[in-house]
Amino acid sequence: MLRETHRHFKFDWITIILFLLLVGFGWLNILSASHTGETIDYWNFSEPYGKQLMFIFLTLGLIVLILSIDSKFYERFSSVIYIISMLSLMGLFVLGKNVNGATSWYAIGGMTLQPSEFAKAATSLAVAKYVSDMNTDIHKFKDQIQSFILFAVPAILVLLQNDAGSTIVYAAFFFVLYREGLPKIYLILGVALVILSLFSLKFGAIITSIAAAFVLIVNHFFTKKKPPLIQPIAILIACIILSSGIKFFYQNVLQPHQKDRISLWLRLEKDPVKLEIMKKTFAYNLNESEKAISSGGVTGKGFLEGTRTTGKFVPEQHTDYIFSTVGEEWGFLGSAMVVIVFMLLLIRILHLAELQKSQFSRMYGYGVASIFFMHFMINIGMVMGLIPTIGIPLPLFSYGGSGLWGFTILLFIFIKLDSNRINEW
Amino acid sequence: MRKFLLFFIIIAVGVIFIFRLFYLQVYTPQTHDLYEDNAIRKVFDYPKRGFVFDRNGELLVSNQPSYDVMFIPREVKPLDTLEFCELLKINKDQFIEIYNKAHRYSPWLPSVFIPHLSKEDYAALQEKMRKFEGFYIQKRSIRYYQTTIGANVLGDIGEVNNAIIEKQPYYKMGDLIGKQGIELSYEQTLRGVKGIKFIQKDRFNRDIGPYKNGIYDTLPKPGEDITITIDATLQAYGELLMQNKHGGIIAIEPGTGEILTMVSTPTYNPNLLVGRQRSANFSKLYNDSISKPLYDRGLQAMYPPGSPFKILNALIGLQEGVVTTEDRFSCNHGYSYGGRKMGCHGHPSPLAMNGGIYNSCNAYFANVYRRIIDKFKDPAIGMDIWSNHVKSFGLGNYLNNDLSVGQPGKIPNSQTYDQLYGKNRWGSTYNLSNAIGQGEVLTTPIQLANMVAAIGNRGYYYTPHIIKKIEGETIDPKYTTPNHTTIDKQYFEPIVQGMFDVYNYGTAAAVQIPGIEICGKTGTAENFTKINGVKTQLTDHSIFVAFAPKDNPKIAIAVFVENGYWGSRFAGRIASLMIEKYIKGYITRTDMEDWILTHSLENEYAKPYSGEPFGINGATTLQVIPLDESLRSKKPDSITKQ
Repeated sequence: MLRETHRHFKFDWITIILFLLLVGFGWLNILSASHTGETIDYWNFSEPYGKQLMFIFLTLGLIVLILSIDSKFYERFSSVIYIISMLSLMGLFVLGKNVNGATSWYAIGGMTLQPSEFAKAATSLAVAKYVSDMNTDIHKFKDQIQSFILFAVPAILVLLQNDAGSTIVYAAFFFVLYREGLPKIYLILGVALVILSLFSLKFGAIITSIAAAFVLIVNHFFTKKKPPLIQPIAILIACIILSSGIKFFYQNVLQPHQKDRISLWLRLEKDPVKLEIMKKTFAYNLNESEKAISSGGVTGKGFLEGTRTTGKFVPEQHTDYIFSTVGEEWGFLGSAMVVIVFMLLLIRILHLAELQKSQFSRMYGYGVASIFFMHFMINIGMVMGLIPTIGIPLPLFSYGGSGLWGFTILLFIFIKLDSNRINEW
Repeated sequence: MRKFLLFFIIIAVGVIFIFRLFYLQVYTPQTHDLYEDNAIRKVFDYPKRGFVFDRNGELLVSNQPSYDVMFIPREVKPLDTLEFCELLKINKDQFIEIYNKAHRYSPWLPSVFIPHLSKEDYAALQEKMRKFEGFYIQKRSIRYYQTTIGANVLGDIGEVNNAIIEKQPYYKMGDLIGKQGIELSYEQTLRGVKGIKFIQKDRFNRDIGPYKNGIYDTLPKPGEDITITIDATLQAYGELLMQNKHGGIIAIEPGTGEILTMVSTPTYNPNLLVGRQRSANFSKLYNDSISKPLYDRGLQAMYPPGSPFKILNALIGLQEGVVTTEDRFSCNHGYSYGGRKMGCHGHPSPLAMNGGIYNSCNAYFANVYRRIIDKFKDPAIGMDIWSNHVKSFGLGNYLNNDLSVGQPGKIPNSQTYDQLYGKNRWGSTYNLSNAIGQGEVLTTPIQLANMVAAIGNRGYYYTPHIIKKIEGETIDPKYTTPNHTTIDKQYFEPIVQGMFDVYNYGTAAAVQIPGIEICGKTGTAENFTKINGVKTQLTDHSIFVAFAPKDNPKIAIAVFVENGYWGSRFAGRIASLMIEKYIKGYITRTDMEDWILTHSLENEYAKPYSGEPFGINGATTLQVIPLDESLRSKKPDSITKQ
């Protein structure tokens, strides 16, 4: 009997407590950001906080369901889950409902469901399954490409549905593959591409090319084992082409609103009149969100006392901008605490992943940590004005059933996989 | 190593976030701005706007209550729009348009829904107001003009726009601000300072009580009443005489620089720019590109002054010692120089200064001018000396006074011609037109009036201004300090005598006023317009300047009638009538008044727009209109009997 009980509760309770802390605190902030009426009616489903409370309770059922399924199921059926998930994404092109310019929702009755939130878990499973397969060797170019395709498919599908933010999240899988032995060159290329892009946009193609040439020459002189001269020259030519290509991409491919966000972030726009207009339009959210956070001071204005939150100064505050409520009402102490709790959760997942015996579980755990991390970094970075505006939710915090369930499934499959490790002892 | 990459990145990002939070929240926290804090309701208490009186204490501008329907977009709850629109006499599209516009401005700040409801609409709406959540009524006071005259003087007030709010945060959406005239130039004095009450709200938007017991609240400070220098009776008379004519009259009291009259026609009833119809009426006036009622011709119209400018050249000639009052110059129907000729009309010849002035002889002044410019070997020196003398009469620059609009005019100097012809490549014959007030010289009517005031004062003027008294304040000392011209006092007497003789024997002999010694000077100015891109000459402008009485003048006046032809024809008659009206208080030259009232220039103004070829300067007979008996001044005997 005792042994039985013991078995059932062999879950990693630290992760679960961190999860519950974030969900609970997140809900308090959704309540603060969304209540409008004279009284707070917790079961008022026409208000976001009421709905979210219902979602949270449904989540508890979902958790029980996930944890009660045999952990072998997730590994064995990962390809089926992946295919269903991709089909649900494709189905959006036919049956999708357009909200705020993105066709990412299914409308079922009065509810809306966002399949892309579930696709992350499905893709994690599929990538973990594919790479951990005996026949896959991540050092082989062919297998690298095939594993890229696995997460490129959902990334492109959501991009076509005008949800560029979610596309960026799929870059998380590079962390997973790198951990499993993806050659360093991908990492170097990735970082170099980002630096090159930012430099080209900020300083122009010519200065960037000159700077690249300079770096290459210095590098060439200080390298002891000198490669043939053709190598740095080829790299330089690639840099020049890329650098000009990025300018072209920025000018002609990006949509105007995306261009504006980047231009504001890199401070490319010098015309004060246009800057004013920007501040009043898309930069408005950012401006107000920074102001709200800043107005919190050290200790914050207190729960439900945030004047900017109550006044609905920050649009979309209960969804993507929820962190500004934390900033205003809970101050530096509260928001730094949220950042720390997220860091603890991420590190805990990473730690557990490293403890896994099977490559599948480890990879899946890495996928969970990487996806959570991408959301955490992009969302909070955006709300505080550190990176350009990219609309993705803060995991477990932001309002929305699909998001909450997506992250819950993602995390609790891992907790289940992990419990299997514990139970095997 | 591969194990730790993500771990390190997580730590790095977390640390960066905490630093950023520290920077935002601890290092540069937002100060608590009461005005922006939506948890604090701001209730403004609008003070009474100051009244405006004329120089004789007649009330010109007061206030009337007005009710604005205000709303806060995000507080608006679904409502019976049909009923609401009917009450406000708008349609649903307008409702949506106004709502959306305000929502774009700010969803949580008050915006005006409908300004200036009539009393009837207000009463009807007031009863049902509670049904429309998010809407409320703000009582304001708007202007009430007790008179129909002086629109250009009094100006108007209107709602502030976003540009003003951004520059001057005192103003909030829906506030009123002076837009033209004295409402604009004395905005600060007239408006007072509004009071504000801060009221703490709880999170359910209910008022709890004064914020921090009202320590930040302020009381409104009422606007000051002001008295302006305008004589309403004279202003009204001026506007009457200028009916059916375009132009301006400026009358100044030379002893003080106070502006007695500032007429600009065509004008409009100032009450048009009050209340709900303001914007419609304003665009109508603004878009009238033919009569341009919003263009103040007395202050903004720059023209070559013509003959009145000659008297300045006489003064400068005497001051520079290049001519005496006795030097005679002959005139052979003009003045020939370098193969060209400046024409003149028939009169006795040769003439000394007195005759030169009252006959307005072009040849006489051409000689004087050339002597001034050619006094030194280098004409540039002479030109600059001449230019400085002219400018000392307040010409060639802004008067820098308390009127909301103005123009600098133009007085050339050696630089002007250096730029035109090159250094040392020009002489006095290159700009001989300046001798007779043509050429590069441009003035506005108010500058001309001020110039005659300086002549009447024999050498100084007070900056023309419109403020006479502000309760509890002293007038800006720049209006009570005389500005001295560079001409010595002794040289004015012969010039004044010459101007007096203009009335005795000269070009204004026909417009004498019995019993008043008037000194004046006629003028005409050629002018051109473009018709379909072709420069076309129009009938000359009629110009007249005068002051009276000859000694210790009480009034200096400049009259300017567009396309009125020669100087004494319209402008001279009007100037004489204005002087008589001001000095005597009644009109004896009713014949002259009747002539002015029965002659219109409307057909003259229609010519350039007719699309047909037309003649100018007397080619068509003057348009006669029937006399409206009610407009005539009362007979002097009926006044004396009273």
